[in-house]
Amino acid sequence: MTIPNNSESMNNNPKKRKKHNPTIAMVLSILFAGLGQFYNRRYIKGFIFVLVEVSFLVTMLESLNFGLWGLRTLGTIPGTDHSIRLLVFGVLALIGLFFAITLYVFNVLDARKQAVKIKNGWKPLKFRDTIREFYDKSFPYLMTFPGLVLMIFVVIFPLLFSVLLAFTNYNLYNSPPRNLVDWVGFENFSNLINVGIWQETFLSVFAWTVVWTIVATTLQIAVGLFLALMVNDPRVKFKKIIRTILILPWAVPAFVTILIFSAMFNDDFGAINRDIIIPLFGGDGLPWLSDPFYARIAIIMIQTWLGFPFIFALFTGVLQSISKDWYEAADVDGGTRFQKFRHITLPHVMFATAPLLIMQYAQNFNNFNVIYLFNEGGPPVRGQNAGGTDILISWVYKLTFDTNNYSMAAVISIIMGLIVSAFAFYQFRKTRSFKEEGEI
Amino acid sequence: MSQKFKSKLEVTTIYIILAIVSIIIFYPLLWTIGMSFNQGTSLYSSSLIPENFSLEHYRWLFSEGSDYLIWYKNSLIVSLATAIGSVVITSLVAYAFSRYKFVGRKNGLYVFLLLQMFPVMMAMVALYIFLNMIGLLDTLTGLILIYLGGQIPFNAWLVKGYFDTIPRELDQAARIDGAGHLRVFWSIMLPLAKPILAVVALFNFMMPLFDFLLPTIVLSSQENYTLAVGLYNFINDQFANNFTRFAAGSILVAMPIAAVYLYLQRYLISGLTSGGTKG
Repeated sequence: MTIPNNSESMNNNPKKRKKHNPTIAMVLSILFAGLGQFYNRRYIKGFIFVLVEVSFLVTMLESLNFGLWGLRTLGTIPGTDHSIRLLVFGVLALIGLFFAITLYVFNVLDARKQAVKIKNGWKPLKFRDTIREFYDKSFPYLMTFPGLVLMIFVVIFPLLFSVLLAFTNYNLYNSPPRNLVDWVGFENFSNLINVGIWQETFLSVFAWTVVWTIVATTLQIAVGLFLALMVNDPRVKFKKIIRTILILPWAVPAFVTILIFSAMFNDDFGAINRDIIIPLFGGDGLPWLSDPFYARIAIIMIQTWLGFPFIFALFTGVLQSISKDWYEAADVDGGTRFQKFRHITLPHVMFATAPLLIMQYAQNFNNFNVIYLFNEGGPPVRGQNAGGTDILISWVYKLTFDTNNYSMAAVISIIMGLIVSAFAFYQFRKTRSFKEEGEI
Repeated sequence: MSQKFKSKLEVTTIYIILAIVSIIIFYPLLWTIGMSFNQGTSLYSSSLIPENFSLEHYRWLFSEGSDYLIWYKNSLIVSLATAIGSVVITSLVAYAFSRYKFVGRKNGLYVFLLLQMFPVMMAMVALYIFLNMIGLLDTLTGLILIYLGGQIPFNAWLVKGYFDTIPRELDQAARIDGAGHLRVFWSIMLPLAKPILAVVALFNFMMPLFDFLLPTIVLSSQENYTLAVGLYNFINDQFANNFTRFAAGSILVAMPIAAVYLYLQRYLISGLTSGGTKG
């Protein structure tokens, strides 16, 4: 191998070593990736960097340029330029650019680091050891790379796209290929606040979303806890069968049960009205689907039915793991049943399941399925463009796929995302463990 | 009131409450089963205990005229691929996050988890264009890739939490004995993390099975439909007309799934509590 030999001779000569300048290595690498590595006499590495940059320039430069142009202008010729496609290319170009810059920065830093090492009298490793060290260092990156690529295309790319959409005027009346879409700045945001119908709809949908999230989730947790405590009572027999029955709603796919409930709650020929309400209370039955109030009641009940078994199973697992000593100690001290629950059971249960419970709230905030499949967010409400049971996410769905008001849908999505992620961020900071660090 | 009588009364109350809850649980399920045996397709004329018991809907599902079996096969392909792929990808990512130091280790996973909180309904427009661009629109492969990418943050977080509970002394000892990175992963981490990996596999098997939103956008031709899309279309077009058929089709999927869930729920819960609380 020539590399070690060359460097060795350099290292044996202190004068030459002192003269090796990290700044020159950096500047060379900035001029063209890999040059600094050549200066450091790391020929193979340098060659790889040069190769990467050349191939990048040859293949990507043009499409990158085109993508950024599209992102800036969103097209110039109506009927020919497809603004949304240009936006997609633009976002992809941004991602490509980000990768290129990362690689470039890495190349410059690598050149500098190497040069400093040489200056300080570093002895190059044998070729095999170099490869080995490279493998060790890059192993975590190799492991995460496939996942990272997938996440970039499935999580980052769509997110960037939708955030950008919020600043355009893309809607049904102004959509490609016939029209060009333009950047409009914060106009959509100010419309949401200032235009009557948007403001009213947003406020009422938001209020219902909050009520829905809190009531439905709390109810399902309360029911789950209540049932878990009851079944856990030592006097209750046939525990296994009872538990299996109670978990059943979780086991049956929610997609199916929601649609079934939707049919059962049908105002005219649904089983709830026909077999329960009318025979028991008389009258014409309740307007489950056509009156906002009853639709909301129905949907909260359905979510409780769907959601409590998971909580029940979770709590049952925790309850069984609480040591009996605690309760015996409480008995000795003459604790009442409520005191035992309040000071032993509840803290244990909550401590073990808090992150999962909080996730339940986040899930219900975004629980599109139950709202949409039950009644498509309906019934319609006068004076606003969302239905009576619409929560934010199902409203966004309607704006996107029914009325094609993409830019407004994007604005609302951003607001929702900020709310949920702020909530989640707070949660993560509280629960995540900082103690363990990787050692390699 | 004697102590014994009070206790008896309490237990009876518990049993009564449990009985009521059981009725509420079983009512819609039995109603669906009854529905699927009803003759005709109308919701109005059908009842819980069918007057004219008939297997016509089940027979129809397996007849020439229906794509039910194709959808079933498609769903199984998507679910299996997603389950296997997710276990492979997530465990690799989680291994790196649990045991190695690298740029982005501390916050990388959390950033993705937070980013995923943003609902991206209109991003489906972007994914649609993108899949079209790389020629994966209306293919199961495209659908699988999206599922695989989307599940990583949460599941990697879950598995990482579990990996963190595996003592480091184990892999350090193996490394001293000369085991490489992959060897430690394969022979120590994976076998010990089986419970959580089973959870990930099961979740990712179930999730695509009944997701209808993404497939309706990605898949356009009937023969590529998954079960959820196909079943939803039974009732989406003319609600009352095909409900009994929907009921029959759903039962044939829900039964095996419910059986698997009931069988595995203990492992699911223990996996979730151990992985999810320590992350």
